[in-house]
Amino acid sequence: MDTKLSASLQQSFRIQIHVLRALLMREIITRFGRQNIGVLWFIAEPMLFTLGVATLWSAIRVHADSPIPIVAFAVTGYSSVLMWRNSATRAGAAVEQNKALLFHRNVRVIDVLLTRICLEIAGATGSFIVLSLLFIFVGWMPAPIDLLEVAFGWIMLAWFGTSLALLIGAGTAFSNVVERLWHPGAYLLFPISGAAFMVEWLPSDFQRVVLLLPMVHGIEIVREGYFGNVVKSHYDVGYMAMCCLGLSLVSLYLVREASRRVEF
Amino acid sequence: MLALHKVSKEYGTRHGRRQILKDVSFKLCRGENLGILGRNGAGKSTLIRLISGAERPTSGRIVRGMSVSWPLAFGGAFQTHLTGLDNLKFVCRVYGVDYKPLVPFVEEFTELGVYFREPVMHYSNGMLTRLAFALSMAIEFDCFLIDEAMVVGDVRFHERCHVELFHKRKDRAFILVTHEANVIKLYCKNACVLHEGELLSFPSVDSAYDFYQTSMAERPEPAES
Repeated sequence: MDTKLSASLQQSFRIQIHVLRALLMREIITRFGRQNIGVLWFIAEPMLFTLGVATLWSAIRVHADSPIPIVAFAVTGYSSVLMWRNSATRAGAAVEQNKALLFHRNVRVIDVLLTRICLEIAGATGSFIVLSLLFIFVGWMPAPIDLLEVAFGWIMLAWFGTSLALLIGAGTAFSNVVERLWHPGAYLLFPISGAAFMVEWLPSDFQRVVLLLPMVHGIEIVREGYFGNVVKSHYDVGYMAMCCLGLSLVSLYLVREASRRVEF
Repeated sequence: MLALHKVSKEYGTRHGRRQILKDVSFKLCRGENLGILGRNGAGKSTLIRLISGAERPTSGRIVRGMSVSWPLAFGGAFQTHLTGLDNLKFVCRVYGVDYKPLVPFVEEFTELGVYFREPVMHYSNGMLTRLAFALSMAIEFDCFLIDEAMVVGDVRFHERCHVELFHKRKDRAFILVTHEANVIKLYCKNACVLHEGELLSFPSVDSAYDFYQTSMAERPEPAES
């Protein structure tokens, strides 16, 4: 904040909470409205996506010979994709669509981006939990073996999704080429992101290439936590953490520069 | 106190960078007011956006020793799916103010009736302006920024704005920018003219007015930026 009223850290923190809460409430109502199930759409929307993919993969018998039940495979895989893909996509247009809000001095570019990211991550997480409970209840999916490991992988994916979304959001504020490139990028990344395969199933040359992508490590951790050692998992927490850290630093720098350059 | 120190603003265009504001400096304390005259495209709205903090200056410093409003009666931030009440709640949350005690004032001032709880997309222009002005008044600032707000709306609206701003809040500071010299004569004790990127100050409102009239007659209107 460039007010020279020199707010203390505590005051700044309070302002930050006020602003994020205001933006979240506003975004929820504008995006999902008050008609029919209203706010519940924020979980229902990703659920429908995941359900569709799970049905499709079951129908065409993807990996029919794998020891992992296909519904469980689809739910863990597709939910993980939602974590990074949807938040980045929603963040792309965020600054342009919310520019008018920046007239309120306390609302900054990062607030607008974080609001959308929070909502996407909450939606994907809610959808993952509800679908898992549902399928575990009807017996199509086993209960997770190590819940803490699932949660850890999930948090890593959330970190990756957040830093990627900040990058796409801030980048788009500089040039909308970033957003134009992101859409085909996201489409092409999906098949190699680890959602539709376990790294173990790939030829070893290809394994090395795929493991360059940070989100692959996240999904492998989630699946190891969920299914245990029925399929060997390949991941490197240190590598994924370094990627996320680097991406976060670059993104935060770009966000700061973007908020200095906002023009109306 | 609000102080601008050598504030400049440039924008990139396809024909290189264009300087809109050049070393603008002034100080304003609570209880004072300043009218800024400038023709279309002189950089009035840019100046207001810089003072409000929505945009940053290319160079120079803005010191806000008092709370400064967003540009008054600015309606651009309305989301059409939200109701008038939602918009009040949003603004209150952003500034950390409880919205409930403010509902009666906003309802009374905007005269929206049942539409206060209807989506903003069903509002007329007049209704939007009234809502925007009421929201600006709902949050108490030390300094209000007014960008041509008094020019729109009907006579009754003008009078009510006048009461809210210049009587009930006469202990605050305000900055009024407009191309309408009479508005400044009516409300301001001090006046400046924004002329070719520079802010020229004058000893009296009348001398600023005279300069403005002469400069208007001399040169053709610059292109709208």
